[in-house]
This record gives sequence, C-alpha cells and structure tokens, in this order.
Amino acid sequence: MTEILALLILLSVVGAIVAVVTPNLVYSVISVGAVGFLLAIAFLLLSAPDIAVVQIGVESISLVLLLRATLGRETQQGATRPLVGVAFAVAVVAVIGLFGLQVFYEFPEFGLPAMARFADAPAATYLATGAEATGAPNIVTAVLLDFRGWDTLGEGTVLFCAVLGATAIMRRRARRKDDVSK
Amino acid sequence: MYRNNRPGMGTIVQTVIRWLRGPILLFGLYIIMYGHEAPGGGFGGGVVIASAFILMTLAWGEPYTLEFFRRDTALTLACIGLLIFIGLAWAGTWAGSGVFFENLAAGLPGHEAHLFMTALEVGSGLFVAGALYLGFSVLMGHYDGAGREEEES
Repeated sequence: MTEILALLILLSVVGAIVAVVTPNLVYSVISVGAVGFLLAIAFLLLSAPDIAVVQIGVESISLVLLLRATLGRETQQGATRPLVGVAFAVAVVAVIGLFGLQVFYEFPEFGLPAMARFADAPAATYLATGAEATGAPNIVTAVLLDFRGWDTLGEGTVLFCAVLGATAIMRRRARRKDDVSK
Repeated sequence: MYRNNRPGMGTIVQTVIRWLRGPILLFGLYIIMYGHEAPGGGFGGGVVIASAFILMTLAWGEPYTLEFFRRDTALTLACIGLLIFIGLAWAGTWAGSGVFFENLAAGLPGHEAHLFMTALEVGSGLFVAGALYLGFSVLMGHYDGAGREEEES
C-alpha cells in the first residue's frame, strides 16, 4: 500500500520534471495531465474518493483546454535561459524546500489525522456531530457545504469572477441587442 | 447508412459520444444528488456535467453544441445556482437561529433530513456546470471541431 503510493508519487515527480524540462509545449501539457491523473489515483488510495472525483474531472477539462491552447501554435519554447536566473530559481526552491522539510517533524504518524494531537480540535467536533447536525452522512460533504460553507462560497465566487473576466476579455465583438446567443 | 455532414471529428467519435452523452449527464446528476451519502457532491458532479457538453463541443464543434446549451443559458444557470447557494445559506440567519448555513431540514424524519444538504449541492452543481461550460466555451472561441478557426462572420 505505502509502496504503491510511493511509486505513484515518484512517477508524478518524474512527470512534473519532464513537463518542465521538455522543449515541446504539447509534451509538457501531456506530462502535466499525467501528473494530475496519477495524483487522482493517489487520492483514491488514500481513501479520499471525493477529491479523486473532482481531481479527475478538473484534470480532464484543463487538459483539453491546455491542449486546445497549444495545438496548432508555435509549440517550441526557447531552450536557453540565463545561468543566473536558473541559479536563483534553484536557490529559492532549495530554501523553501528546507523550510518545508521542517514540517515533517511536526507531523503525527502516517495515517493519523493531523488534528489528533489536540483534544478540542474542530475535526473531532465535526466527526462527532456532523451526521445529525448537517444531515449528511458523508462527512466530507458535511464539512465542505456546512461547517466550512464560507469556504465553498468563496470558491464559487472566485470561479464566477474568473469566468466573468474571461467572458469580458475574450469576446470578439461588442454585444448588440439582437445578438443574444454569442 | 448514416451519413454525417456536420463539421467536427469523424463519424466514429460522434456516434460514440452520441451514446455516451446521456449516461455522462446522468452520472453527473447522480454524483450531485447523492453527494451527501456517497463520494462526490456539487463540485464534482458539476464538472462531470460540464464535461459532457465539452465532449459535444469537441466532437461536433461549437455551433451544434450552442443549440443545446447556449452561453446565456449557462450564465443564467450559474447565477441561479449561486443564488440558491447564498439564499439557502442566508435562510438560516434570517429565519432560524441566526447561524449562517443553519440546517433547515434538521428536524425532519428519515431521509428528508438530507433535503437541505441536497439542495445546497444542487445549487453548487448548477453553478459549477454553468460556469465551467461558459468558461470553456468562451476560451475556445469560434472552434469548429477540426482545429480550424471559423471565419469572422
């Protein structure tokens, strides 16, 4: 189980590296898609099917969008970058990675919820009262749509604003009164 | 013999998608409606529903799909979904105990206790389906399904 998970994560790391290194944009998009689908399988193995469903859906749509954006265009990236820029990027990633590694020392054992260390953690309340307080036996839905409904509302607002912005920017003609279907 | 004069991808792709689009839509509805009991929910189900229409856009091109699902319909659906979501969230504050996202169906017996959660999910599912399809349709521009940009009319 843990070995399969490690293999999946290793493969997705390889896919991410390929996506960055390859000079062809289409290969890059395909590698990003592979990373997303591998992550979906990893979520499934980690007993998070809700996230896996959303991950697969969003990944498919974004893959189609990215492929559509790259196919039939100039897909060869410029291969040369100044050495100073590369060194700076590596240094930034290394510093952030070092700080990120410190987080692992604070984690509980693998498989335990991170909130298990606190007796009065919100997660314990959600698990104890979620089903009858919200009417949703699926605790993920109870948390997403009720306990943390503000979060979902903000998410929806962000998506709405993004789509409105895209609609306003990408249209080709000004809207006329007799032209409602465009 | 079925002959196809519409633009877009080949007959095989179009036939398969004609079979699949109904089940995909049904599966999206199932994920939305049963999100409170099974894995899924409004967001995932909305994405599945939007992906059915995106498949149709890829196979037949945009004018064909816009006959089924116009852009202003998508925008209306997204607005209605968001209004349902905000309205239900607000309803508890307004009528009940003053709590945002108060469960209005808490006292109902049996499966009716899930009604509030299902309604919230229908709202978010409508919203996600409409918004994602609209974003895709707008970003695709005038796409006829065969990799060519349509002439400016």
